[in-house]
Amino acid sequence: MSVSTSAQLRLRAPRHRVSRKSITLWTLHALIGWLVLLIPQVVALIVVRGGPAWQLVPLLATLVLAIAHTLVMPQWRYRVHRWESTPEAVCTLTGWFNQEWRVAPVSRIQTVDTKRGPLQQLLGLATVTVTTASAAGPVQIEGLDHDVAMRLVDELTTTTQATPGDAT
Amino acid sequence: MTELPVAPELVDPSPVADWHRLDVRMLIVKPLNELLGLIPVFIGLLVFGNGDRWRAFVGVAVVVFIVGLGFLHWVTTRYRITRDQVELHTGLVVRKRLAVPRDRIRTADLTAKLGHRIFGLSAIRVGTGQHEKAGDDGLTLDAVSSAEADRLRQVLLSRASEPSTAEESTPGVVLSQLVPAWFRFAPLTLSGLVAVGTTFGVLTNYAQELELRPAAFGPLLDTVKWLRESPIAVTIGVLTAVVLVLAVFGSLVVYLVQFWGYRLTREADGTVRVRRGLLTTRSVSVEEQRLRGVEVQQPLLLRAGGGARCTAVTTGLGRKGESSLLLPPAPVGEAHRVAAEVLHVEDCPTSAPLRHHPWTALRRRLVRGVVPVLLPIALLGGLARAGVLPNWPWEITVVLLPVAALLGWDRYRNLGHVLTERYLVARSGSLVRETVALQRTGIIGWRLHRSFFQRRAGLVTVVATTAAGDGAYQVIDVAEADGLALADAAVPELLRPFLVHDEADVRSAG
Repeated sequence: MSVSTSAQLRLRAPRHRVSRKSITLWTLHALIGWLVLLIPQVVALIVVRGGPAWQLVPLLATLVLAIAHTLVMPQWRYRVHRWESTPEAVCTLTGWFNQEWRVAPVSRIQTVDTKRGPLQQLLGLATVTVTTASAAGPVQIEGLDHDVAMRLVDELTTTTQATPGDAT
Repeated sequence: MTELPVAPELVDPSPVADWHRLDVRMLIVKPLNELLGLIPVFIGLLVFGNGDRWRAFVGVAVVVFIVGLGFLHWVTTRYRITRDQVELHTGLVVRKRLAVPRDRIRTADLTAKLGHRIFGLSAIRVGTGQHEKAGDDGLTLDAVSSAEADRLRQVLLSRASEPSTAEESTPGVVLSQLVPAWFRFAPLTLSGLVAVGTTFGVLTNYAQELELRPAAFGPLLDTVKWLRESPIAVTIGVLTAVVLVLAVFGSLVVYLVQFWGYRLTREADGTVRVRRGLLTTRSVSVEEQRLRGVEVQQPLLLRAGGGARCTAVTTGLGRKGESSLLLPPAPVGEAHRVAAEVLHVEDCPTSAPLRHHPWTALRRRLVRGVVPVLLPIALLGGLARAGVLPNWPWEITVVLLPVAALLGWDRYRNLGHVLTERYLVARSGSLVRETVALQRTGIIGWRLHRSFFQRRAGLVTVVATTAAGDGAYQVIDVAEADGLALADAAVPELLRPFLVHDEADVRSAG
């Protein structure tokens, strides 16, 4: 298969960004994750006082990584994460260091659902998950404003119901 | 004894069909199958045992328990086939009611263990388009008489509109069947080594459980004594030879037991059917309409010996028990021929010449192969310098470097993809090389994965998602523009709205 056009093909980014509040959400997630690692180390340090000096090395390393990750990841993610829903397809771009672009045709959608974790509820965010018959193909749009998510779900369910067949 | 119900569901689609029970002979067969599985234990007891009365009592209790369970299962299980669906009610404590719409049935899997066969029974498992979860039995009837199972297979897989009576007698077209020369591939499958390993494990486990003392068994003791007194080279040599001989023998037995009587046929009702097995017979029928492709698998050893296996990419088959197998280890040419036959195409897509992936992909394969070896070398070397460890650990690890590099090279060499008229063909892997031909109409979405390093190298991993088989098939590390063109061409219109042409860069992308 040779490319017929001489131009270089490229994917364009999906049209919509996710909610800006997602940055807060990701920051909180990162913080919680790192605290789980940091707190036991600090506790160990206090309990075993007067241990060898190298005990500080892993703690400092974790701290540096934690700060870098918590500062960089949410911003980077916000720049990457995008989504778009057309009458034919739903597509997302997610990730930061590693990125993934997913598309599912509306005609193959099996379920559309929303999920809101406790932090998401606090921030008024929602995750929309679109599944197809494939075990590997759910398209997740994380961090949408709640009303945007509701509108998207309504839109998708209407178009999906209009499509006949069993979508496999 | 076998009162065959005369398929009234098809001739006269009455809304209320009769409920059937499982075959009453199941009351004997189920315990029998369990007991057959326990035969090695009894042999162990006979050879090494010390005839403990208490253990015999426990044994009897276990048998009674098993028979009781079988009876409960028989009493509580009923099934019926109505015009629209198959229903199954089962369970006493946990009542389970399954209803499967008939037009969703994709596969029928008939299994007859040794006990089943003695009494002319078969278990039938019906697969639907739903993606199977591991450990989920789906709709299984264990068991009905073989004639009834065969009738169910035909009734359930034929489209309700077709009259099935006329086709029942038509034999299928044989696409492939076992050739004795294929046995030469058996030792290349490692199944022998696995069999020897598990047998040894099971035996020692039983020996411990039953407090048998193999040490008290004369000949065994003498052998161990002789081995201990011989020089180390002889000991290693003898042990290796014994394991090798056992492995070859074991693999032959495994091959024979699994694939004896293997026959691949195309039936008149539009299904592809695989029959095989020496003790436990399997018959797997796949609706051709629902076949989404085939996969040719070549583990390293098998590939070196010029062999391959072939499996179906389809919905409705569990991942366990190799139910999607189309061809046992056989010559690679045969695998491609079978693939083409099953897919109804002239030129086999799995043996089509593939487009190679760019050199940058080789760099990635090498880095990913070599770095995991370099890290332990650095660590062990560092420890050796610090005087914690001797030098030989890191020196031995260095030997792995060329192996890792070779594997990386092989992985790169095997990467390839091509788009044929109806199929997307992708190949990858070294330890197990897999060539998949996936029907283009079976692709229900794309995932384009680009890691940080892939973005720098201008590569992308294109993943086609599908309802069948593994659910996702990868084209690893293809040049970005090529990958996008491939995905765009494979499923027209899906990707098009999201593609842009960079007119500034007018170099040829093909």
